[in-house]
Amino acid sequence: MSAHVEALHDHHGPPEANQSSRVDSRTLGMLMFIGSEIMLFGSFFAAYFFVRVVNPSASPEWPPEPYHFPVFVAGVNTAILVTSSFTMHWALQSIKRGERAGFLAGMVLTFVMGLAFLLTQVVEYLNVGFNTGDGAFASVFFGLTGLHGAHVAVGLSLLLMVIIRGFRGHFTPEHHHGVELPGIYWHFVDVMWIVVYATVYLL
Amino acid sequence: MESPFRSEAAAFRFLLITIGAFALIVVASTIDPALGFLVFLVLAGAAVAIYLRQRGPAPDREHVEHVGAPDERRILVVANETVGGQELMSVISIRALEWKSEFFVVCPALNSRLKTWTSDEDPARAKAQARLGATLERLASVGIEARGEIGDGDPLVAIEDAVRAFHPDEIVVSTHPEGRSNWLVRGVPDAVRARYDVPVTHVVVDLEAEAEAAAEPADDA
Repeated sequence: MSAHVEALHDHHGPPEANQSSRVDSRTLGMLMFIGSEIMLFGSFFAAYFFVRVVNPSASPEWPPEPYHFPVFVAGVNTAILVTSSFTMHWALQSIKRGERAGFLAGMVLTFVMGLAFLLTQVVEYLNVGFNTGDGAFASVFFGLTGLHGAHVAVGLSLLLMVIIRGFRGHFTPEHHHGVELPGIYWHFVDVMWIVVYATVYLL
Repeated sequence: MESPFRSEAAAFRFLLITIGAFALIVVASTIDPALGFLVFLVLAGAAVAIYLRQRGPAPDREHVEHVGAPDERRILVVANETVGGQELMSVISIRALEWKSEFFVVCPALNSRLKTWTSDEDPARAKAQARLGATLERLASVGIEARGEIGDGDPLVAIEDAVRAFHPDEIVVSTHPEGRSNWLVRGVPDAVRARYDVPVTHVVVDLEAEAEAAAEPADDA
C-alpha cells in the first residue's frame, strides 16, 4: 500500500483523468458526434417531408412530372454501399483475429466500394436531367443526397487513414480502436443511405 | 439503454436491421401506401419498445484500493438534505472513535430534472454548499476533521467521482426514511453496494422526528 502512495506522490505530469461516465471517452465522443449527425439529417428530412407531404401545393407525383429519379442506378449504388459495410465488418473481425491480410483486403475493398459509390453519385448528378433551380423537390433531392455524399467523402478520408496506418502496422488484435471508430461511422453512413434511398427514391 | 452505435459490431447489426425494416416498409408501400405507413408505425413502435426495455450489462464490481497508512480508515460520507442529521453525526462519531479515520463528505447538488434541462444548477449547488459548510463546521466543533465537496446531482455519479479521488475504505450513504427518500426509490444504497467492494453503511435520518424531538422540551417549557 505504501508503494502505491509513493507511486502517487512520485507521479509526474497531469493527474489521471477522472472519468464519471463508464463509456469509453473515445466511443462517447463518436456517439455524440453521430447524435449531432442524426439531428443534421433530421433537419434535411424535415424539409423533405414538408415539400412532399405538408406543402398544400405539392404534386401528387414524386418526383413531379416530367422528372424521374434513376432508381435502378441508385439501387445498384445502394448494393455497393451495403456490401462495403460487410467488408468493413470483415476487416475489423480480421484484425481482431490477427489476420492482417484479411484486414488490409477488407479495408481496401471498403474504400474502393465507397469511392465507387461516390463517383457513381457524381455521374448520376450529371445525368439526372434536372438541377437545383428546377423546384423544391430538386433542392431537397440534391440537399439530402449531397449531404450524404459529403459524409461518404469524410468516411473515405477516415478509411484512407486506417489503410495507411494499417499498412504501417499500427493495428494489432489488442489495439484496433482506430479501426473500430471509423467502422461505426461507416455503418452509420450506410444506415442513413438506406433511409435516404428508401424515402427519396422508392417511396 | 444501449446505443445501437456503441461498437462496430452493434452498428453493423443495426444496419442489417435497418435494411430489413425499410425493405418491409417499401414492399408494404408498393402494395398500398397506407399499409406501408402502418408497417412503419408498427416497426417504429416496436423499435422504441425494444430500445426502452433494453438494459445494459451490469457493470463489474469495482475494487477500491486502500491508500494511506495501514491503520487509517478513509470514510466517504454521501448525503445532502440529511447531511446534518443526528443519526449520521452519531455514525461519524463512532467511526472517529473506532479508527484513525479520515472523512470526506460529498453533498450532491440535487436538482429537479425540469430545472436541470431548463435552467442552471447554481441554486442547488449553493444550497448543497451551505449544508456542507455547516456540517464540516459541526464536525470540527467536536474534534473531527473532515473535508468535503459538492458532487454531481446524480448521487451515483457523485460517489463515483469521489471514490476515484478519495479511495474510501467505507462508504456511508445517508437518506431520508422510506417513503420520503428519492434515493431509496432509486435504490442508491443497493446500487453502491453492488458497484464497490468496500463496506457500505446506509444511515436513515428522520429530520422530522429530530425536529419534533428538538421542539418537545421547548413545548414543555
